[in-house]
Amino acid sequence: MGGTTDMMLPVPLSHYLAVSAILLVMGIFGIFLNRKNVIIILMSIELILLAVNLNLVAFSAALGDLAGQVLTMFVLTVAAAEAAIGLAILVIYFRNRGSIEVEDVTLMKG
Amino acid sequence: MIAQLAFYAFAAILLVSAGMVVSARNPVHSVLYLVLAFFNAAALFLLAGAEFLAMILVIVYVGAVAVLFLFVVMMLDINFAQLREGFQRYLPIGATIGVILLVELGIVLGGWSLAPQSAGLRAVPIDPNVTNTVQIGRVLYTDYILLFQASGLVLLVAMIGAIVLTLRDRTSSRHQSIAAQLARTPADTMELLDVPSGVGTKGIGFLRPKVKEPAKVAQDNHGHIGHDNHGGHH
Repeated sequence: MGGTTDMMLPVPLSHYLAVSAILLVMGIFGIFLNRKNVIIILMSIELILLAVNLNLVAFSAALGDLAGQVLTMFVLTVAAAEAAIGLAILVIYFRNRGSIEVEDVTLMKG
Repeated sequence: MIAQLAFYAFAAILLVSAGMVVSARNPVHSVLYLVLAFFNAAALFLLAGAEFLAMILVIVYVGAVAVLFLFVVMMLDINFAQLREGFQRYLPIGATIGVILLVELGIVLGGWSLAPQSAGLRAVPIDPNVTNTVQIGRVLYTDYILLFQASGLVLLVAMIGAIVLTLRDRTSSRHQSIAAQLARTPADTMELLDVPSGVGTKGIGFLRPKVKEPAKVAQDNHGHIGHDNHGGHH
């Protein structure tokens, strides 16, 4: 694929991209499917970020450029921070309302 | 050949477990499938030569994030059957949007090619003679130091935010009240008496130092143990 010389992938790059695309779609599908359960929605967001990371690593290996792996690390950092904050918000939300249904969140509108 | 077979096996398990994450009936199972997905993604990272990231994925995600999810799922007392009520209702629109997105991604995937000059545009070319971890360390602490420190700041803010959000002051806990301690004066707690020799404490009417209300409770509970530290806590 292209004129790159040091291709480090065992399979063509497009296979990695296909896996990552399906993973991304599954994450988005999960957000729609579990409209009431915020925990699963957070897990779906993790899946989407995982798909992004897979894309970055695949391109990094295919192009022989390490910058993609460095960027993946920053995505991992942000994902971890997001999970911590999201779960903290979830805990206090449950403490106040006794449920974690997303539809109840609209009650916060003025 | 073995690497290709491994790729397809890991990719298949990754996709199946991702599907189980979003469709499992029990959220605890969802979290466990998420762990499985992370492990398989780490294997795919390994196959692509990103050894360090694979290990980071296992340590940070399986070791920290997934366990955090597990904690929260088990800590909250949730009626999970009730949470799945809208499952059927949102299935068609979710499937529609998913299929549309997948088709679009497929179109993009089918018709792209690398730019011919892409090899010359690499920011950090991979050196096959140096291990992955060493090479990441070389660029992460030099070229990407600002981003690295910014991500550390992101983690710090997230940590403080999570603590501030979830910390609540329990009324039952016994805090040290520094303001009350500093506000004490010797006149509140101490009394100097001239004691004639041979009279003893009873002769001069000494009972105890002037102590305000809380010490009384301690005195009631257990006889003379409370006498030693009067006025120490209020």
